[in-house]
Amino acid sequence: MIGLLSHTLVGQTVQAPATGCQVTPGKVTGLCQAFNSLHIPVEYRTILPLLVLSIGALVLLVISAVLPKRSRPGLYPLLTVIISGLAAGASVFQWIDVGNHAATKAIGNQIFYDRFSVLFMLLISVATLFGALLSDSYLQREGLDGVEAYVLMLLASTGAMLMAASAGTIMLFLGLEIMSIALYVMTAYHRRRAASGEGGLKYFILGSFSSAIFLYGAALAYGATGTTQFDEMSVFLARTTLPNDGILLGGMALLIVGLGFKVAAVPFHFWSPDVYEAAPTPFTGYMAAVAKAAGFAGLFRVLLEGFHSQEANWRPAIWLIAVLTLLVGSVLAIAQRDLKRMMAYSSISQAGYVLIGLQSASSQGTAGALFYLLTYTFIIAGTFAVIGLVQGEGEARNDLGAIRGLGRRRPGLALVMLLFLLAQAGVPFTSGFLAKFYVIAAAVNRGQYALAIIGMLAAAIAAFFYLRVGLLMYSSPEVDETKEPTDGAALAGLRPIPGFDTPREPALSQGPGAVAASSDGDGAVALLAPPEGRVEIPFTVGITLAVCAAFTIFAGVSSPVLDFAKHATTYF
Amino acid sequence: MSTLSFPILTVAIFLPLLGAAVVVLLPQGRASLVRPVGLAFAVAELAVAGTIVAEFKAHDAGFQFVSQHAWLGQFGIGWKVGVDGISLFLVAMTAVLFPVAMYGPKLVGDAKSFMGWMLLLEAALIGTFLAMDLFLFFVLFEVTLVPGYFLIAGWGGFRRNYAAMKFFIYTFAGSAFLFVGILALVFLVAPLNGGRETFDLITLARYASHLPTSDQELIFAAMAVAFAVKMPVVPFHTWMPDAYTEAPTAGSMILAGLLFKLGTYGILRFGVYLLPKAAIDLAPVLLTLGAVGIVYGCIVAAVQKDLKRLVAYGSVADVGFIVLGVFAFTSQGISGSVFEMVNHGLTTGALFFLVGMLLDRRGTLRISELGGIQKSAPILAGVFIVVVMAAVGLPGLNGFVGEFLVLVGTFITHRWWAVVGTSGVILSAVYLLWAYQRVFQGRATGANEHVIDMTWREKAAIAPLIVGIVFLGVYPKPLLDRVTPAVSNLVAHVQYADPGFHIPSKGVGTVYAVPADQNVNGGQQTPTGVQTAAVTPGTGGTP
Repeated sequence: MIGLLSHTLVGQTVQAPATGCQVTPGKVTGLCQAFNSLHIPVEYRTILPLLVLSIGALVLLVISAVLPKRSRPGLYPLLTVIISGLAAGASVFQWIDVGNHAATKAIGNQIFYDRFSVLFMLLISVATLFGALLSDSYLQREGLDGVEAYVLMLLASTGAMLMAASAGTIMLFLGLEIMSIALYVMTAYHRRRAASGEGGLKYFILGSFSSAIFLYGAALAYGATGTTQFDEMSVFLARTTLPNDGILLGGMALLIVGLGFKVAAVPFHFWSPDVYEAAPTPFTGYMAAVAKAAGFAGLFRVLLEGFHSQEANWRPAIWLIAVLTLLVGSVLAIAQRDLKRMMAYSSISQAGYVLIGLQSASSQGTAGALFYLLTYTFIIAGTFAVIGLVQGEGEARNDLGAIRGLGRRRPGLALVMLLFLLAQAGVPFTSGFLAKFYVIAAAVNRGQYALAIIGMLAAAIAAFFYLRVGLLMYSSPEVDETKEPTDGAALAGLRPIPGFDTPREPALSQGPGAVAASSDGDGAVALLAPPEGRVEIPFTVGITLAVCAAFTIFAGVSSPVLDFAKHATTYF
Repeated sequence: MSTLSFPILTVAIFLPLLGAAVVVLLPQGRASLVRPVGLAFAVAELAVAGTIVAEFKAHDAGFQFVSQHAWLGQFGIGWKVGVDGISLFLVAMTAVLFPVAMYGPKLVGDAKSFMGWMLLLEAALIGTFLAMDLFLFFVLFEVTLVPGYFLIAGWGGFRRNYAAMKFFIYTFAGSAFLFVGILALVFLVAPLNGGRETFDLITLARYASHLPTSDQELIFAAMAVAFAVKMPVVPFHTWMPDAYTEAPTAGSMILAGLLFKLGTYGILRFGVYLLPKAAIDLAPVLLTLGAVGIVYGCIVAAVQKDLKRLVAYGSVADVGFIVLGVFAFTSQGISGSVFEMVNHGLTTGALFFLVGMLLDRRGTLRISELGGIQKSAPILAGVFIVVVMAAVGLPGLNGFVGEFLVLVGTFITHRWWAVVGTSGVILSAVYLLWAYQRVFQGRATGANEHVIDMTWREKAAIAPLIVGIVFLGVYPKPLLDRVTPAVSNLVAHVQYADPGFHIPSKGVGTVYAVPADQNVNGGQQTPTGVQTAAVTPGTGGTP
């Protein structure tokens, strides 16, 4: 933060604006200045990955218009992979560039060009790359092949990058909307699944609502501080003691709510299980990585840059949200019998750890949170890759039973899935453990012992459902684990827990393929036979899995990735 | 300090890991190779451990064979391993028990993943005993849960999923406190250490006693919760009978024989050594839990209907003895505790092995359905009674030496707790001999008439354990010679941290009394101002 202060507009307030905007001296907003000067210098290199993605999206559209329909099945994913690869390369270039020069603001002071934003550009590029790789086989299997999915994905990533690089609430909102609108469509992308359309609509309505709340918060914050720029807010708040900070606190609270919705923090999480379940599986994985990362980037920018001096006010709020997120996420995940819903709650709970990092409000906490998001991108891409494979055509089997016996059918696939599950549970020698370690360490270093212990206990609760999936993979298809009438099976979680989350009876329980699930009444997951036939692993998915697994181990036993994340906090 | 030119301890950790990888990567068609290859690695590990014991300098109190490498630079996390008298025999026992458990019990199911998990567990366990870096220790401590979980869940009894899950969640939740405790210690010590965070055991021990007493007590309490769950002492023990009973025979041997030593070892190595002042302040709580555990474990064991559960509850009582000895803070008490840890590994390992044999033969372990087996299986019965006698504490067998030392050590400082603890000696005889009587004596009926006696494989597998039981009972000196210096050093360290704490009568048990001028605390002066050449953990650094 100290570094930030030296970059503020103190010098620029001296130049009085020429015409147009009504401003009082000393209260020049960046946006106004941008309007006032006729010539806004555009430093293209500061938004290079963003440009690559958005131009790439246009190129895809043009190509699809020129080429005959369905000329080359693998062309669009290939192009998307190349585009996101280029964007990743551009972020690496930026990383070096920022290292050589100081972090700056660019394009009418609307963009922060620092390592924090570059890290997110890289993260988002990589997530897009995985998203494209995984979507290819899925969309072909579902007969949804087309250019639209990839264009939407590239646009969503553009918005996410804009959020990460935003230097004020206006730009943050622009990015948020660009990303969200693309994501709404992506959720509803599966034309023949009713759930998909329903989920898309839900996401759209709730998402617009939260955007409105965010905007309202931004307006209040503007009212209280007279600026939309984070660094100016910070300077203003550091210099001024507000006699009545009601508007400021209200604005801050609404901004937290708006962004909390995007990262699915409890109690703003209700959309997340429905949407995760509804969206096509590779898109779910993409969303879990990108939307969360972008939302957190926004939260960090707002709270750690804009409202840095208001730490005493927002830290207790984030404390509470973090605790709720950790506990509700991990407890409710236990009750889920749908793999994707379970992963939705799991990712809610994982977001709680990033919130712990945020709550620490230190560069150590930020480094931990960035490391967490970075490693989670790989873990979640891998997990949803496996789910996409086992669910079968038309997403017929999303229940936990679908994964049963995978250890026998595809030992390699099961082993990789086990690795991702253990990483999410936070078992040592995986990236998940080090990620938890760093955020918890940051919390302990700030004296937040209670939060740290709650975080670790939530990990113990969460271990339950991760292990249950692991166990299902290695339990034999024939053996019926729920035979035993005593408490054993119920506690091992193989029996559905009534009362939570209306069970979605699988449609096939009426058909001829129905397994005798009725022996204990309510269609227990464990009684469903595993899907038959061999799980084919397409080449693109195989590559993704291998990369994700290798990264999960690599980041779990060595420190380069953390050093990387740590350098991204230098601007703070 | 090391006489060996290569890092033997690192090899000891990675050899089983390599074995696990080799076993898992064996081609599907070579299923018959899995067991021999796995066993070969376990035996090779035994040879490595044997080398460590042979090369270990007996009268040296410090860490030996220390090897240190930077690992995760961020918080001064390093790969630092070393062995001293306290951990030496735990490592040795791990290396002995694993080949026995892998070779002896009948194995049903997938041999490949079984061997893989077992070797992984061995690597993690050895590493945990050798770790001199708190981060490394915690990481390996946690990693042991994964193979433990899969061993129970994959090859266990009827309620295996329940037991495995309970085992994992309980200990994982306990570790939450350990984790936060370790981090708090590291960050609170950092300002004293010139602002550098470190997880190094020796450095932390040097500064931890300068922390405010309340901080020390809270950190110690956090650690104690985790280790108490792992041991397990009484209010935290409920996962244990399930886990031990449902685990496969080999799993029970390892779980009971070794895994739970992590708790007692952890509290001794990390709790008492790092935070001696807090350990003294909180000792009455733990002593009470230990004494209650002895009585409770024995009584509950006596009324069990299942033989395996009976042995499992017996372990609760044994843990009570170990805790009693540790928190007596006398040289005899702690030596006795370390001795008891080794004993318990041998006897409980052997007991679970024997119980597993009965289960294989009879298909049930309900005591009411067993009886008179000694007629058809005399060797089995004979071996069983030897092990039972060792567990009861018959002089001449190893159990006696450990219990005697613990009780003497406790009596010096905490008389009444020792009195309660002594009742455990009687009570353990009650439940074990009564069980023996009901299972092996009397008239055999039904299937009990035709129980096959021990096979050659089983005899060969259990022989090392029996030899150990008798040898340590008759001639404990080699072990005590190596344990006592390290223990004396620890006791002196505790006394130095709290000069008010005084061992009343040093005269009792003079053989193992604390050397008066024992140097403590990494070359710092002792309270009396005597400065001697430091043969302490502080200088036991890299050669």
